[in-house]
Amino acid sequence: MPNPVLHVENLTKRYGDVEAVRGISFEVAEGEVFGLLGPNGAGKTSTIEILEGLRNADSGAVSVCGYDPQRNPEELKHEIGATLQSTALPEKLRVMEALRLFASFYKRRRNPDDLLKRFGLEEKRNAFYGQLSGGQKQRLALAIALVNDPKVVFLDEPTAGLDPQVRREIYDVIEELRRDRKTIVLTTHYIEEAERLCDRVAIVDHGKVIAQGTPRELKQASVDKTRIEVRLAREDSDETLKLLEGVSDCRSLNGVYVLHCQRPPQAIVSLVKHLEAQNNELISLEIATPSLEDVFIELTGRRLRD
Amino acid sequence: MTNLMTLTRMRVQLALRNKMFFFFSLVMPLGFFFLYSGVFAKGEPDSVAYLLGPVLGLNVMGSFWGLSATLVMFREQGILRRFHVTPATATDMLISSVLANYALTLPTVVLELFLARTLFHVPNLGNLLSIFLLVSIGTVSFGSLGLVIASVTNTMQETQVLNQLLWLPLIFLSGATIPFTSLSNSVKHIALFLPATYLVHGLKNAIVNDYGPGKLLLALVSLTLWFVLTLFLSSQLFRWEPEAKIGRKAKFYVAATAIPFILLGIWEAKNGRVIAEENSTLQRLEAPHKSGKQKDAQPKSEDLKPDSDSSTEDSQ
Repeated sequence: MPNPVLHVENLTKRYGDVEAVRGISFEVAEGEVFGLLGPNGAGKTSTIEILEGLRNADSGAVSVCGYDPQRNPEELKHEIGATLQSTALPEKLRVMEALRLFASFYKRRRNPDDLLKRFGLEEKRNAFYGQLSGGQKQRLALAIALVNDPKVVFLDEPTAGLDPQVRREIYDVIEELRRDRKTIVLTTHYIEEAERLCDRVAIVDHGKVIAQGTPRELKQASVDKTRIEVRLAREDSDETLKLLEGVSDCRSLNGVYVLHCQRPPQAIVSLVKHLEAQNNELISLEIATPSLEDVFIELTGRRLRD
Repeated sequence: MTNLMTLTRMRVQLALRNKMFFFFSLVMPLGFFFLYSGVFAKGEPDSVAYLLGPVLGLNVMGSFWGLSATLVMFREQGILRRFHVTPATATDMLISSVLANYALTLPTVVLELFLARTLFHVPNLGNLLSIFLLVSIGTVSFGSLGLVIASVTNTMQETQVLNQLLWLPLIFLSGATIPFTSLSNSVKHIALFLPATYLVHGLKNAIVNDYGPGKLLLALVSLTLWFVLTLFLSSQLFRWEPEAKIGRKAKFYVAATAIPFILLGIWEAKNGRVIAEENSTLQRLEAPHKSGKQKDAQPKSEDLKPDSDSSTEDSQ
């Protein structure tokens, strides 16, 4: 990758006996939205907190905007913005005061009024932090993360614990940042979040990156998992359907035949030909493309939220 | 510098929006003031002046409670970690706490001095420069003690236990509540190792004996040194993260902050200056009362004479 804004190589971090990060490596280009996808405890937060300069790595090389977070934390902090997990602001701090306070820490500052408008918090400018809803608190956290017009924005589980409607609001905000060509690194254990928001994803499990690429690339790598679910007018056998061209496996359940295929178009053509020859009829056909969840299950044998 | 000032302003704003702050920083100190001046001193100006030092001392010493509790609360709620990702430093966080506490304590002290002068007609408030210096250095040094407590305790529960353990000897042995002269000789010698003793004693001397900063130099220097040590230690032990626990070993570093008062205590125990000054100040305060009592007693003894005469006459 030419001139990555963020470079991580063989990163490790240990807490006592627990090896949280075990040799993670990746790069992020300027203007890219990069996601670290993995279950809780996979090492995503430890990784992101090392990049933010909040924790020291045990070994490995890290560069964010050209700075080593361990050696140049002060310089680095002027260049990054972040929303963190398990954080809060004082209950009696007003929204506008919070923005002004955080803006005052930086050399480069954005107009707090513009941020209030952008994040739909104008009406709440004089409200205490303690009076805000979960979604408003998260929008304020995002506004604060952008108060210094950062080069890289770190979003650690930005929608965790939020209801679906608020989550969609946050997605809209992040998509807007993406349109502004902000470099974003986000951690998530929500598949739909990674698929919708990220240009590239690294799937993290047990402190290691087990797969990396665009969501499309990762899913294509798991193309064997594309499923065609069909209902037929008359019964057929799994063994016969399995032998069709382009089909790698077939299992029937409650009258639905699930064909696993590597080349879905070819499988459909051979299925239609087979049904014509057998004088059978197709009642319904559904194609289920693989999700990142399928990729994760394929790679780890577990579901993301297990 | 900007970080420091904005953080200080935030801490002052937050404190002024907190009802508990008004209770502990205004209602309670003024409660002590009126209890000491109105009830213990019975409004008598000289006695009010004598008790003003302990009243101001209590106000200043109380600094460490609020500071330690707020910092631990900020850490437990994850507020500190939000600041950690900004260019604000641990030193900014610590010094702003001390400065905000100073800015919030000083008005109450000024109000107490004003009320002593206007309401209880204390004729002379003593050496105001010395009072200012002792209150200032005392407030920042006891505030820094609060920062150390916040640094060495892992939970709010631990913080409150340690606060109580420190608060009780500070108020009972320093002369802030129980008169120093009433303490037994051995307890007086223990009290000589407490910073609070020098604060209360210094304030008493500044108010009652009109001592200038030169005469209080030892107390001022010791408190300043203590401030530097406690602030340095708290910056070394400062933790942004709630899950970052402090090791048992680090807690022993706190002992290092006691060095200035261990040395001062040894020196004072040898020359007996503080004990002698406390006794002489009290004697001078009691002298007019005693002479007044003697004057009152005089007629009574004279009254007794005729009785004795008459009894003699009777006997005769």
